Amino acid sequence: MANMTKNRPLSPHLQIYRFTPTMAMSIVHRITGGALYFGTVLVAAWLIAAASGEQAFNAVNWFFGSFVGQIILFGYTWAILHHMLGGLRHIMWDLGYGFEKHFSTKLAKASVVASVALTVLVWAVVLIVR
Amino acid sequence: MDMRTPLGKVRGLGSAKSGTEHFWKVRTTSIALVPLLLFYVVFLIVHAGKPYAEVVSALSNPFVATINALTIIASIVHMKLGMEEIIQDYIHTEVTKLVLLMLNSFFSLLIGGLCLFAALKIAFAG
Repeated sequence: MANMTKNRPLSPHLQIYRFTPTMAMSIVHRITGGALYFGTVLVAAWLIAAASGEQAFNAVNWFFGSFVGQIILFGYTWAILHHMLGGLRHIMWDLGYGFEKHFSTKLAKASVVASVALTVLVWAVVLIVR
Repeated sequence: MDMRTPLGKVRGLGSAKSGTEHFWKVRTTSIALVPLLLFYVVFLIVHAGKPYAEVVSALSNPFVATINALTIIASIVHMKLGMEEIIQDYIHTEVTKLVLLMLNSFFSLLIGGLCLFAALKIAFAG
């Protein structure tokens, strides 16, 4: 039984196909999802510190306000927005739209541009308002 | 010839014994998270680095506290389901897969529980 399982043919995977923008975005969607999963720990640390008292909060908050912290927050914002745009594309496909080859390729490329532009926009607005 | 019972056809579960709940929950939470996270991210970057008293008072605002709690719940469900999919896709050793799936549940619930408690404590007790 073990041998039978071992020798069974595998379905074609990533390295078989030509690399395309939709494929790249699919991979990035998964990577941003994984990054956001672990990034939640940082948000949790901030919230828990805020609930624990001033001393704990100051330590965590200092990191968030520091240069490295701000860079991480910037990356976190991009990951959320990119994953969000990817998710919206998925919902479009779930509803049966947007399967045409050239359209989906254009949309995949557009989602990179849009996620970066939205991240910069959100930060610009926040920095002006703050 | 279809040998399935009428009830079996309606349930449409097949041999996997589960249907589209996973898929559906991922989509529902993802739609909920679009407005929630847009608010949350802006709130987070506005307040990161601000003084303690200001952050706590902002978090205890009823509107913010509610959005905070809802975002935590939707995010935790969504991230648990997402990581489940990743584990099931890449881990093929049965024991490792089960252990990781369980750790994923524990991690998600722990983070979710801590965040939710923190959010409610700030909302009610400051």
